[in-house]
Amino acid sequence: MSTLTDIDRMSRRPPWGWLVLGFAAWIAAYASLIPVADSAIAALGLARETHLGEAVHFFFYDTPKVLLLLTGIVFLMGVVHTFVSPERTRAMLSGRRLGVGNVLAASLGIVTPFCSCSAVPLFIGFLSAGVPLGVTFSFLISAPMVNEVALALLFGLFGWKVAGLYLALGLGVAIMAGMVIGRLGMERHLEDWVRAMQSTTPAEYVGDTLHWAERVDAGVAHVKDIVGKVWPYILAGIGLGAGIHGYVPQDFMASIMGRDAPWWSLPAAVLIGVPMYSNAAGILPVVEALIGKGAALGTVLAFMMSVIALSLPEMIILRKVLKLPLIATFAGVVAVGILLVGYVFNLVL
Amino acid sequence: MKNIKVLGPGCANCKNTLKLIDEVARAKGAEIHLEKIEDLQQIMSYGVMSTPGVVIDGKVVHAGGVPARAKVEGWF
Repeated sequence: MSTLTDIDRMSRRPPWGWLVLGFAAWIAAYASLIPVADSAIAALGLARETHLGEAVHFFFYDTPKVLLLLTGIVFLMGVVHTFVSPERTRAMLSGRRLGVGNVLAASLGIVTPFCSCSAVPLFIGFLSAGVPLGVTFSFLISAPMVNEVALALLFGLFGWKVAGLYLALGLGVAIMAGMVIGRLGMERHLEDWVRAMQSTTPAEYVGDTLHWAERVDAGVAHVKDIVGKVWPYILAGIGLGAGIHGYVPQDFMASIMGRDAPWWSLPAAVLIGVPMYSNAAGILPVVEALIGKGAALGTVLAFMMSVIALSLPEMIILRKVLKLPLIATFAGVVAVGILLVGYVFNLVL
Repeated sequence: MKNIKVLGPGCANCKNTLKLIDEVARAKGAEIHLEKIEDLQQIMSYGVMSTPGVVIDGKVVHAGGVPARAKVEGWF
């Protein structure tokens, strides 16, 4: 039975032709974004100078642009995921010391497939293979926060500089928070049964070798999965953003979330973000529109990081393996890191 | 008679996996005993890190995400 499927797998050739075709179509679509949006406005008999015209143009330009970028990046990540399974990442991290280990863990967090529903098995799996607690946390913070959807949307809506800054600072928060937690020696605040599983036997990695055809399949499947799940949020977000774009008066946000807002607006934004559990897809288009109205980028990004990285539901799941002091430390350290990022962004930009 | 366990804390993907296995087994007329394991300590005892995982007669055959239908069909 298994030999038959193996021969089956070998004989399938990678769909290079389709890939090239898809890539060309992608480029062509991306190049025609503005003409399409312009003609959509013209077909509706609207002018960009009116409120409605501006809102509709924003919608027809941003929606396809964001969806295109998202599809491209998610496809690439789907292929990358076939190279880095959690088991492989664990083997690379096991026995690493603080410092180097944290940097490696945070970076691997970007490219390792991760779903917040398997955060706990992953957490225990890492610890039981001798990955230090602080290093494990670096991975656990970076994996959801610096994800491809957030990066694709930031890239599409704000450009590569902001996406790059978010990537660098997100990694920074994950590395720093993991190192602090590691230094504090909080192992005793793990639940007892988890401590019992902690060991120092390094993990071995036995991966199955995939063929390129299967890697491409994985990319396509990832696009179907992620883009299929996320597009309604993006549409709703951009729709809302378009409304704000066309109708909310300029500088409306400046006094609430702008640079001249009082110092506490940033901590307030982070606090508000904790009980919210959403993905980057729904929030970011709204965020972009708010920034156009005078909100400061740092404050808004800190809000976004807090929504994604510090979610109440995730902490409730983590409670099964961590005792309260450790959860509190985790939340506190990450919150401080996000605050720093927010203040730095506001100062620099 | 195969003893199949689906490991997962109860996310949507775990339920989909359970449904898929049930469907395929029915379509193939295979006799199975299907079970869902939600207890974390039990899940961890199989060494599975990414859920949902699938265990057949004590052996882990799949981990991480809903398995492809063709893969499930290969089990029966």
